[in-house]
Amino acid sequence: MAKQGTGSGLVGLLSADEGSLADQWIDSVVGSLKGRISKAEVGRELHELYGALVEALRAGGTDAQSQEMSETRALLTELSRNRARQGFTPTETAISVLALKRVLEPALNGGSAADVAAYLELGRLLDDLALFTLETYARAREEIISAQAVQLMELSTPVVKLWDGVVAVPLVGTLDSARTQVVMEKLLQALVETGSEQAIIDITGVPAVDTQVAQHLLKTIVAARLMGADCTVSGIRPQIAQTIVALGIEFGDIVTKATLADALKLALTRSGVDLVTRGGDQR
Amino acid sequence: MSERVPVLRIGDILLVSIQVDLEDQAVLNLQEDLADQIVTRAARGVVIDITAVEIVDSFVGRMLATIASISRLLDAETVVVGMRPAVAITLVELGLSLGGVRTALDLEKGLALLRRSASGADPR
Repeated sequence: MAKQGTGSGLVGLLSADEGSLADQWIDSVVGSLKGRISKAEVGRELHELYGALVEALRAGGTDAQSQEMSETRALLTELSRNRARQGFTPTETAISVLALKRVLEPALNGGSAADVAAYLELGRLLDDLALFTLETYARAREEIISAQAVQLMELSTPVVKLWDGVVAVPLVGTLDSARTQVVMEKLLQALVETGSEQAIIDITGVPAVDTQVAQHLLKTIVAARLMGADCTVSGIRPQIAQTIVALGIEFGDIVTKATLADALKLALTRSGVDLVTRGGDQR
Repeated sequence: MSERVPVLRIGDILLVSIQVDLEDQAVLNLQEDLADQIVTRAARGVVIDITAVEIVDSFVGRMLATIASISRLLDAETVVVGMRPAVAITLVELGLSLGGVRTALDLEKGLALLRRSASGADPR
């Protein structure tokens, strides 16, 4: 019974001046977002939210995790996901909920003790909802980041066919074990699909080679050899060559070339293609 | 008695096509059979087709190296063909680079490789 009482007190507080309260709320949120979302859109979002909140309070829900609040939580989830995607800050996201507290403050002036108690209770509820919003926001951001990491991984490791039986992987960016795995799988798959016997790994875009990167490269090359393909490393820049020697990394009998052009020439020769200029001189 | 892997003859080349995941005893039987066949048929090359093999362990990896060594002693060259990408990655992760074993992408390329090296055109 007591719970019912506070619930209805909250409803009374919220629906006392429903239209103007909601409008003030929308105005203050729009102001905080600095015009990056249209007022109409914020208005639509908050009106729905306001409706759901009043509805939930009427049904007796006073806890942010309660069954009655599920509609409100769903709306908040959508709101914070959208904010996260559009690049708003956490503050700008949470303010959408917290602004309601500020808007309600004037109602305290001259309000009865019951009003104050109701306000405090609503304040706690809104704080919980704001925390929920922030959590959803953070989760949405993390999802975006991991999705981007996957995209980046796929974007940065193309396997290109240079000639019949010759494929190349132009590596760009640093090599770690996760990327090596992707590169290895893609290269080996490409060898099978195209039936290529020559593979070129071009490291022009790799900013630095240390022992670990070299280890990863060697693994890829050995795996390609096991499949029956010859692997050449190309695009070793002068500084990188110096680093490799200084670190004492042994490439063994793996053929290395300074440029992709040289590697392609070698691969063509190995697969039995002769390069002849139009004059008839062999190059 | 465990199953035996058949050893087929094409000209002076022996073809072993491994179709099932091998048990250790089957591997040992295969090594024996192959050594016998190389001698009795005077084979010059051995092709091991592992297209159908999806899972390898260090034992199978060592088997390939051992068969290659045995064949080399008997003056036959071994080519492993049709290794799947996943198998290659596994062997590398196991640290088995199969140093003395030659490899080719598929059976056709493996036979071509043996032909080339027999005619001395391939200096490798």
